[in-house]
Amino acid sequence: MSELTGTGALVRSILQRDRVRILVWIVGIVGMAVSSAAGVRGIYPTGADLQRAAALVEGNAAAIAFNGPVQGLETIGGRIAFETGSFTLLLVGLMSLFMVSRQTRAEEESGRLELIRATVVGRHAPMVAALLVVAAMNLVVGAAVVVGFFGLGLPAAGCAVFGVSVSAVGLAFAGITAVSVQVAENTRVASGLAGLSVGAAFVLRAIGDIGDGTLSWLSPIGWGQKMRPFAGDEWWPLVVPALVLAGCLWLAAALASHRDLGAGLVQPRPGSAAAGPLLGSPLGLAVRLQRGALVAWASGVFVLGAVYGSVANDVEEFIADLDDSVRELLARTGVNIVDSFFGTTVLILALVGSGFALQSVQRLRAEENALHAETILATPVSRRRWVASHLAVTLGGALLVLGAGGLGLGLAYALTIGDPGAVPRRIGDAVAYLPAVGLMAGLGLALFGLVPRAVAALWGLLVVSFVIGFFGEVLGLPSWALAISPYEHTPLLPAEQFTALPLVVMTGLALALGVAGLWAFRTRDIG
Amino acid sequence: MSSVVVAVNGLVKTFGPARALDGLDLEVATGEVHGFLGPNGSGKTTTIRILLGLLRSDAGSARLLDGDPWRDAVALHRRLAYVPGDVNLWPKLTGGEVIDLLGRLRGDLDVRRRDELLERFELDPTKKARTYSKGNRQKVALVAALASPAELLILDEPTSGLDPLMEAEFQSCIREIKGEGRTVLLSSHILAEVEALCDRVSIIRVGRTVQTGTLSGLRHLTRTSITAETSRPPVGLDGLPGVHDVVAEDGRVRFDVDTVHLAAAVGRLVELGLKSLTSQPPTLEELFLRHYGDELPADGDGSGPGNGR
Repeated sequence: MSELTGTGALVRSILQRDRVRILVWIVGIVGMAVSSAAGVRGIYPTGADLQRAAALVEGNAAAIAFNGPVQGLETIGGRIAFETGSFTLLLVGLMSLFMVSRQTRAEEESGRLELIRATVVGRHAPMVAALLVVAAMNLVVGAAVVVGFFGLGLPAAGCAVFGVSVSAVGLAFAGITAVSVQVAENTRVASGLAGLSVGAAFVLRAIGDIGDGTLSWLSPIGWGQKMRPFAGDEWWPLVVPALVLAGCLWLAAALASHRDLGAGLVQPRPGSAAAGPLLGSPLGLAVRLQRGALVAWASGVFVLGAVYGSVANDVEEFIADLDDSVRELLARTGVNIVDSFFGTTVLILALVGSGFALQSVQRLRAEENALHAETILATPVSRRRWVASHLAVTLGGALLVLGAGGLGLGLAYALTIGDPGAVPRRIGDAVAYLPAVGLMAGLGLALFGLVPRAVAALWGLLVVSFVIGFFGEVLGLPSWALAISPYEHTPLLPAEQFTALPLVVMTGLALALGVAGLWAFRTRDIG
Repeated sequence: MSSVVVAVNGLVKTFGPARALDGLDLEVATGEVHGFLGPNGSGKTTTIRILLGLLRSDAGSARLLDGDPWRDAVALHRRLAYVPGDVNLWPKLTGGEVIDLLGRLRGDLDVRRRDELLERFELDPTKKARTYSKGNRQKVALVAALASPAELLILDEPTSGLDPLMEAEFQSCIREIKGEGRTVLLSSHILAEVEALCDRVSIIRVGRTVQTGTLSGLRHLTRTSITAETSRPPVGLDGLPGVHDVVAEDGRVRFDVDTVHLAAAVGRLVELGLKSLTSQPPTLEELFLRHYGDELPADGDGSGPGNGR
């Protein structure tokens, strides 16, 4: 078929250009899944431990919202699938999203695809090549998880179902992204649309799993969990991701055949002939460039907070229903389970919401790479003022995103229990993470000034902080390793006592890093 | 105010092992249009970026408008407008928004002047930068800079991507600016443009200035091409000083002569019974060929930096 001419060469080119990235994704996800599975096995050495833990989860809306449906928790395999499943499925989804949009729309938007397509390369070859690579990555991740889980001594059938569910969910998201990159001509928007589908998948299955499970059928992550690995091992739900993938590929091909190179489905409209009052200062420009991303992140985190806030009341009711012995067990730990639920939720909101701050601080480097910094710095704008403008948006935006998360959480909870006082408290809990997010931004600025090429390493630290936050105990990490994550130094409000000292220290550290980065940037070459 | 706007001496800039500038000299006088000529990769953009304080030089000195381009960047940028060689705009801003933004950042936005230039360059300011062609992106940067009343314009290959009509419009704009007594540093490799606009040129090659001077001054260093018909056979021309490449056929003779020896050569033609004569003045193409071709070694003919004025 001439439309696919050159696919092989393009596949080789992707593998060569992105070999490190591909390896990091695969090793990262597989390592994460297998090592936390091993950790879970260590926590529950006996059947009695499993039974007791299963009793605690039964009907616990919070745990279900984070992890997934209650199935097979009396076996170690079921427990492992429960604790590692949703996170692994989420990660393969993100892997597919970033890899597909990077290899398709980003190439197209940069103009590189035009160069490629002018050679002997078929119309659909670049997209097919990208999908082949991403499909192979998903299959490798699935296969490696099967081998790893089997190596831990888990039943072969369950291992196979779990691994296949991981590959299938990853492939479904690859298909969804293949459609989204046809719709939007801007890579950021295309990735955002696909990201929305990943977020929606997580939220839909959370709501579905707490209810009767119907809504979970709308979520790719839900499809994976409907395969019930280690808890009945069903193969038939595989039909759903397979059909969705086929449908998405057909749709993407149809859309691609009907649009021009570089165009999206939505034709660009003419804009304003003159600049509004905002575009008169570096700060105004930074706001204008980042407000779209800020609105998207703030709304996303608000919705995530609202979803968790709406189930918080169930956590309380659940306690009331418990029998006395379990309630006594909980009381002995000295933690109010609702507060602990809020604490974990706010941590999630802070980690997710940090995405905006990381993206925003790296915008400096993106602006420099795109030669936009040169244009601005050739006007009477000092380097310090230019950096400060972007950083003001980073920190102000981080505050807004954290606040939006706390607002969503508090508002949804307040509505269910009729206590408006919950709103400011939850906002306060979330905003307490500002020094931690600021520290990440400060580190970003330091990298930008000193080793600008390494500024993307910030994402790595965020992922590490995620792992530390949720699997630190399961993995049995030593305390120095836990201390790597700035988020661990923020009190887990409201479950823990508020202490100002770590926040002050982190703020100071963030300032020091920021000043170092700014100093380095003011003495180095641009470009 | 000093009569020199740009004074660069012995400028050196290295990027790792690569030596982008290797002792470059450049002097631009107030009120002149100065051509900054050189092939791709010869160091024009690097020099300009040092003058804008975006890059730091490794050795040598650079002065811009009596200031230090690195230390006094912000103050100096109030007095200049710049068109980058590689125009990259924010994809979601419209052309009009970019022009206004840059004008406001410089603090000299003049809406009437802007609208007049938009018309002259036939630029639609309502389109998103993402959708502009290369030539139209170039026009956005040009309008933004030409709308400014700044005393110095630094233009890095400003007309790449423009069609001939727009090129003519650009040239008339530059003449107006020159008429106002403002200074222009125009980097280019389009010789016709430099010939049409520039009072003086500096020619650089692999990071060094190989020649500086007025165009007429530089022409003295070059050769004039002569084609003549004479009644008698054209003998004895070969032996004259400064005459090269004599070809005689069908009663016509063609040769090049060093411009300083023109009179003697024409005198000889008169002796031979001159019937018709066409002469072609040296073009910058020939200047280039002599400097970048293999006819002369890299160091030129002794008319190096500073000699041509």
